[in-house]
Amino acid sequence: MAFPHRPDAPELPDFSMLKRLARDQLIYLLEQLPGKKDLFIEADLMSPLDRIANVSILKQHEVDKLYKVESKPALSSNEQLCFLVRPRIKNMRYIASLVNADKMAGRTRKYKVIFCPQKFHACEMVLEEEGVYGDVSCDEWAFSLLPLDVDLLSMELPEFFRDYFLEGDQRWINTVAQALHLLSTLYGPFPNCYGIGRCTKMSYELWRRLEEEEDGETKGRRPEIGHIFLLDRDVDFVTALCSQVVYEGLVDDTFRIKCGSVDFGPEVTSSDRSLKVLLNAEDKVFNEIRNEHFSNVFGFLSQKARNLQAQYDRRRGMDIKQMKNFVSQELKGLKQEHRLLSVPLLEGFNIRESTSYIEEHIDRQVSPIESLRLMCLLSITENGLIPKDYRSLKTQYLQSYGPEHLLTFSNLRRAGLLTEQAPGDTLTAVESKVSKLVTDKAAGKITDAFSSLAKRSNFRAISKKLNLIPRVDGEYDLKVPRDMAYVFSGAYVPLSCRIIEQVLERRSWQGLDEVVRLLNCSELAFTDTTKEDKASSECLRLILVVFLGGCTFSEISALRFLGREKGYRFIFLTTAITNSARLMEAMSEVKA
Amino acid sequence: MFFSWQISSRLGFQLQRVKYWPTLNFNCSAFLVVREVRSSDCLSALPYIPLQLKESKRAVNSLRDFVDDEDDDDLERVSWSGEPVGSISWSIKETAGNSGSSQEGREQLKSRNSFSTYTQLPKPTSTYSLSSFFRGRTRPGSFQSLSDALSDAPAKSYAPELGRPKGEYRDYSNDWSPSDTVRRLRKGKVCSLERFRSLQDKLQLLEEAVSMHDGNVITAVLIFLKRTLSKEILFRELEVRQVALRHLIHFLKEIGDQKLLLDLFRFLDRTEELALSHYREHLNIQDPEKRKEFLKTCVGLPFSAEDSAHIQDHYTLLERQIIIEANDRHLESAGQTEIFRKHPRKASILNMPLVTTLFYSCFYHYTEAEGTFSSPVNLKKTFKIPDKQYVLTALAARAKLRAWHDVDALFTTKNWLGYTKKRAPIGFHRVVEILHKNSAPVQILQEYVNLVEDVDTKLNLATKFKCHDVVIDTCRDLKDRQQLLAYRSKVDKGSAEEEKIDAILNSSQIRWKN
Repeated sequence: MAFPHRPDAPELPDFSMLKRLARDQLIYLLEQLPGKKDLFIEADLMSPLDRIANVSILKQHEVDKLYKVESKPALSSNEQLCFLVRPRIKNMRYIASLVNADKMAGRTRKYKVIFCPQKFHACEMVLEEEGVYGDVSCDEWAFSLLPLDVDLLSMELPEFFRDYFLEGDQRWINTVAQALHLLSTLYGPFPNCYGIGRCTKMSYELWRRLEEEEDGETKGRRPEIGHIFLLDRDVDFVTALCSQVVYEGLVDDTFRIKCGSVDFGPEVTSSDRSLKVLLNAEDKVFNEIRNEHFSNVFGFLSQKARNLQAQYDRRRGMDIKQMKNFVSQELKGLKQEHRLLSVPLLEGFNIRESTSYIEEHIDRQVSPIESLRLMCLLSITENGLIPKDYRSLKTQYLQSYGPEHLLTFSNLRRAGLLTEQAPGDTLTAVESKVSKLVTDKAAGKITDAFSSLAKRSNFRAISKKLNLIPRVDGEYDLKVPRDMAYVFSGAYVPLSCRIIEQVLERRSWQGLDEVVRLLNCSELAFTDTTKEDKASSECLRLILVVFLGGCTFSEISALRFLGREKGYRFIFLTTAITNSARLMEAMSEVKA
Repeated sequence: MFFSWQISSRLGFQLQRVKYWPTLNFNCSAFLVVREVRSSDCLSALPYIPLQLKESKRAVNSLRDFVDDEDDDDLERVSWSGEPVGSISWSIKETAGNSGSSQEGREQLKSRNSFSTYTQLPKPTSTYSLSSFFRGRTRPGSFQSLSDALSDAPAKSYAPELGRPKGEYRDYSNDWSPSDTVRRLRKGKVCSLERFRSLQDKLQLLEEAVSMHDGNVITAVLIFLKRTLSKEILFRELEVRQVALRHLIHFLKEIGDQKLLLDLFRFLDRTEELALSHYREHLNIQDPEKRKEFLKTCVGLPFSAEDSAHIQDHYTLLERQIIIEANDRHLESAGQTEIFRKHPRKASILNMPLVTTLFYSCFYHYTEAEGTFSSPVNLKKTFKIPDKQYVLTALAARAKLRAWHDVDALFTTKNWLGYTKKRAPIGFHRVVEILHKNSAPVQILQEYVNLVEDVDTKLNLATKFKCHDVVIDTCRDLKDRQQLLAYRSKVDKGSAEEEKIDAILNSSQIRWKN
């Protein structure tokens, strides 16, 4: 059932060091504000913080009370306030208003802001404008790599996706470069580097620059990880937009796995409390089923429950039961729907039917995110919707879910996720205007910059070239997967994973020119190989895959499968775990 | 634990820097430095600095710059700080990309610093800047791993910040080349951008930032440019620098400088973005009346043709909702109207989507004449709601109220001969599902299951929803004895259904196909 690793599979590096490092650094920073202090923590940082420290550690370092940073005035009476925040403008305004309120009241306190993982100049500008620069001391907590599992590192930066892929803001590129730099400092240089995508290329260049500035640090170190593969999320939107059917992906789609754990509500636990479950390789049962197609999971769990009831402690036994319950009740109905939804879109038959299916979804006010996802999937696979369909779907969408979604559509269009087929001319008015203005080589750069944000997806051609929709004779046996397509019921091999597989096989992009061109990445795919004598054969079978803009559990499962087949082991580094709903929400303009 | 500090240069840097905090806070001269740093980006701070030799030399420089702007080769050659300023101009030229002689220096440096093994990568030019040059010499070799901390070393050894006359410190920080400046900004250090006064210098700084790809630095430079350049010049220069332009747009959105953002879009002639940006503001207006008034200002904006219609609809919808809301709140509190008594409203209708509004209106105002704003027919006409959507919504609302007569009427059409006919634009299989969801009784369900055209679907639905009569009759019509036999086992023993099945099975009138 659960696939064991091949006996020759390499060992994973120990990433728990990253946790220790982050914790030590936080403690150090807290000690910079000696004495009792209250700590204000940004909501988004709580779960990551939970994974590396706990309240008693904070208390040991004289943190008195903990508050959540929110839009309410602080009730703290402490003389020292410490803020642990993401570098966001609204946090600065919050802190400034607090400091200014104190000033008005004639109160003096000490304030310290710890930015995680780095501060932005725009934040300091706000502090300056609000007149509190200097009243507040600023520090950085370079905590940007959270090991969620033995093979999974997350930067926990979901906003990366919107900031870069929608707004074109490169503010996180330095964070990525720093994280990669830290990894190479700790685990040695990477002899083989591959990458595809604009953000990837920029991050790579900055990373290299950092290494050169501090050259000598990784020098002479034995590499532990033989390959690094970086890719931009926009190279493959399709995979991220598909509904997931491997167990872990499905749990994420249904319940939202947050920072490696999930809250099962009372309706699932069939008790009056909700239950927080940590999902990682340490949970043996979960580890066996996480990568399975969910249709296999139920049988497995029943058997497991029978076999292990006696040996397992009560709590664990409960978990299995609950999982079983969940699988049988919640997921049963999904099976058919799943086959219905993604597959026809990907295979591209009968666009009419798909369109009217989506229409019905919208008309009945079924989840707005789901409707949006289906539209995007249709648009990407078809290189944009026919204008007539686009307009009618959009009108119905606005009528069903609110006119302000006009802004969402504008966002989706800008990001290239949901477009209208344009007859012939691909240049927008702005583009041609700019091109006319500039005659020298800068013009090329500009058009490049444009194309990165809204480009043709060419999905069908790519799919054909890379054989993403395998021809299956008879039933695809999901219990004995034959390829990575099993993560989508045997119907589709994730594009991102296929690219990685192909490049690793060739150790370069050679022979993939056409695919790269179709991906609009002609200038943006690179290989960088160093002759490395010290690289052991074991290290050459360890591959770090970096997803800029998020990766899904389905992709992780698919690559774990590939690893088992080929004797590799993959390590994943992602800006955040993502799925179709998160991508759509990131594009949504409506305030909650 | 110390080991872990050491291995990460970034952490090392923290360690070093953090140590300075208490000193900076309590040392008087350090306070000056802090002040200096704070005002450094601000032009008005200039006269405050005692004009020294260096300043006057710079003045000469800028004068020359002013008199003869082709002479920019010589601009940096004047040595006014005692440091090898030649390297700065070398470095600047390097970043400008016109190499030639700099190639030599590059090679020289390469051998000195013995760069990492990734030689096939194009070298980012700014790496070979002044500070890295010094660093290579001054840095004690054994502290390699703390290099980031030590990259501050030039600043410390050449200009020990504490206790030094302010002017000197200032001059020193003024010496940073664009690439050094950008690198310091990347590391989050405070760095004066003061010396970049000519447009050319500013743009060079910007280009340096863009070439390094760090958006945070690009934004930092843009903040400086925004403050020191007129709008028109800034916009003009950004129009041909799309990466920087995107950063400015995002920055303005984030800090909420709506006015400048709109000016920018206007300048760029991006009319649609201008309109959308303006429209976005309505999300921040809570008061419905004010929001409505704001939407009114959006109506004439240069949206695309289709969006213009949507905006108009948005305005009209809110206008209606305000009227309906006021009216219904009154009705509800008066307590005279049955429907509101029986089904008190759970939420206000304000700012709800059109379909929700239609549902609401079908629920509370179904029978109203077309003339009232709250009547479903009026909504349908005003917003050109498609038939399908209308029927779907009305069906859901009336089924929820178990108003089966209304449901019936919804699908009854009269043809020109006066015959009535049942017709459902959404297909009767959908109707059945919606009725079932609203727990319609079997008799009602049965009626609509019977209207499903496709026999297989009909049989499926009938089986699913236990419409025994429909299943039995359909099997009979299909002459499918086997299926009927199979169904017999599913109905209750001794029930009317069983009797009916038996009667049919025993009938000699039917020619079974199996």
